[in-house]
Amino acid sequence: MRRVVVTGLGLVTPLACGVEKTWERLLAGQSGAGPITRFDASHLATTYACEVPLGDGSDGTFNPDEWMEPKERRKVDDFILYGMAAAVQAVADSGWMPTDRDAQERTGVLIGSGIGGLSSIADTSITLKEKGPRRVSPFFVPGALINLISGQVSIRYGFRGPNHAVVTACSTGAHAIGDAARLIQWGDADVMVAGGAESPICEIGIAGFNACKALSTKRGHEPEKASRPWDSDSDGFVMGEGAGVVVLEEYEHAKARGAKIYAEILGYGLSGDAYHITAPPPDHEGAERAMRAALKRAGLQPSDVDYVNAHGTSTMADTIELGAVERLMGNHAGSLRMSSTKSATGHLLGAAGAIEAIFSILAIRDNVAPPTINLDNPAAETAINLCANAAQAGEINIVQSNSFGFGGTNACLIMGRV
Amino acid sequence: MSDIAERVKKIVVEHLSVEEDKVTENASFIDDLGADSLDTVELVMAFEEEFGIEIPDDAAETIQTFGDAVKFIEGAQ
Repeated sequence: MRRVVVTGLGLVTPLACGVEKTWERLLAGQSGAGPITRFDASHLATTYACEVPLGDGSDGTFNPDEWMEPKERRKVDDFILYGMAAAVQAVADSGWMPTDRDAQERTGVLIGSGIGGLSSIADTSITLKEKGPRRVSPFFVPGALINLISGQVSIRYGFRGPNHAVVTACSTGAHAIGDAARLIQWGDADVMVAGGAESPICEIGIAGFNACKALSTKRGHEPEKASRPWDSDSDGFVMGEGAGVVVLEEYEHAKARGAKIYAEILGYGLSGDAYHITAPPPDHEGAERAMRAALKRAGLQPSDVDYVNAHGTSTMADTIELGAVERLMGNHAGSLRMSSTKSATGHLLGAAGAIEAIFSILAIRDNVAPPTINLDNPAAETAINLCANAAQAGEINIVQSNSFGFGGTNACLIMGRV
Repeated sequence: MSDIAERVKKIVVEHLSVEEDKVTENASFIDDLGADSLDTVELVMAFEEEFGIEIPDDAAETIQTFGDAVKFIEGAQ
C-alpha cells in the first residue's frame, strides 16, 4: 500500500487564525470562549461560544479580506470562507501549487462540514417568507452546499483530481482526512487537500443544540471556564467555529520534491454505534472498535501510542470515552498522555476532527501534549495522564485522534513521526 | 446623469466590485464587468428591489449592458 504523509497545515480557530499562533495559545492554556458577538443571543439559554477572533489580520486575528475577494465572499456562507482560509494556508505551507495539467489532475480536494450553510439557510427562509421566492439569491444554494468548499478550492488552484466532501457530524474532519488518505493509498490521487469547516454560531444553531440539551448554559459569567472535559462541573459543550485543512501526499511524491514532512497517516478506523441519535452507549464499544481498527491498519499495538487527542466535548460522554480508552490501553494507561483540546477551542463540530488531527501532528513535531484546561475536579479516577491545566513535554512519536458524531459515527486516526 | 442611472450604477459597483468609471453606457455586465450568469440574476433582483418594479425573465435577458438596465427601468417607472 502507498504511504501517505502530511506536508501542509492550515487553521482558523477560536484561538487564532494561523497554525503557529493557535498552537502557541493552545499550549499556553488560553481559552477561545467569550460572549456571543455575532448576533444578539441574550434571549437564548446559551449566551457564549468560541468565536473566531475577527480583526485586521495582525496578532492572529482573522481578516476575511485576506482569504477571499469581497465580491466572492458575499456569495458564500462563513463555513466556506473559513474552509478556504485554512486550505490556502495549507497549500501555501506545502508549496504544492502545480500548473501543469497532469499534476493538477492528480491533486484532489476533500473538505467536509457537519452542517454547512446553516445561517444562510435560516436567513434565506426568512427572505422567502417575507419577500417571496423572487428575492431568493441565486447564490443561496452554491453558498450553502457542503461540498462547495472543495469546489471553491479546486477552482482557485485548478486541482482537477477527486472532488469530494464528508458529512458525518462531529466526525467529519477525521473522516475527511482518513478517506482522503485512502484515495491516495489506492492511487486515485497523489495529493489531497483534506479537512473540515463549520460556522454554527448563529441563532438557529445555538437554539437547536440547546434543544438537544448539548450546550453548556451555566457559565455566562465566565465563558472561558465553560468547556471543561472530564471535570465534575462540566454542563455541556461550548460551540466553536473555524476550519482545519491538511495537505496529504504520497510519500515518494513528497520526498521527490523535497517537501517538508510533518507526519505519516498510519491508520484509520471507522465504526457505527447503532444505538442512539445523539448519545453514545454506556460502554461506547463502537468507539473502542474504531480505535482498534485504526491501530490494526497501522500495524501497531495500543502500547505504541504516546498521546491521544480525545473527542472530549465537556459532556457526560467524556467519562464514557475515557472508559473505552482505558479498556483499549490496559496496562499502558499509566504511561499514556491524553487531552481534550476542546477545553480551549470549544467544539468545532465538522471541523473538530481536522483541527485536532493538526494539534496531534504538532504534538509529534514539538514533543509536547497540549493541555486540558479547566480540569479542576476530575469526574472520574484514571491512570491516564489527562494533561490537566498544563502542556506536558516528553517524547511523542505515535498519536491517536478520536472523533465521534451524532448518529453514532466514530472515526479514529493514527499518525506517526516519519 | 439621471437619478436612476446613479442608483443603477451604485448597485452595479457594489455587486460586481468594479470601479465606477468602468460602468459606462455600453459596458456589458458579462463581457466588460466580470459578471457571470448568476451575477446578472442577482443584479436584476437588486434593480427590482431598489426601484419597486418587476422585471420578467424574458425582459431580464435583454438587459446586457448598464445602458440597457437604465433604459428599461426608466421605461418601467
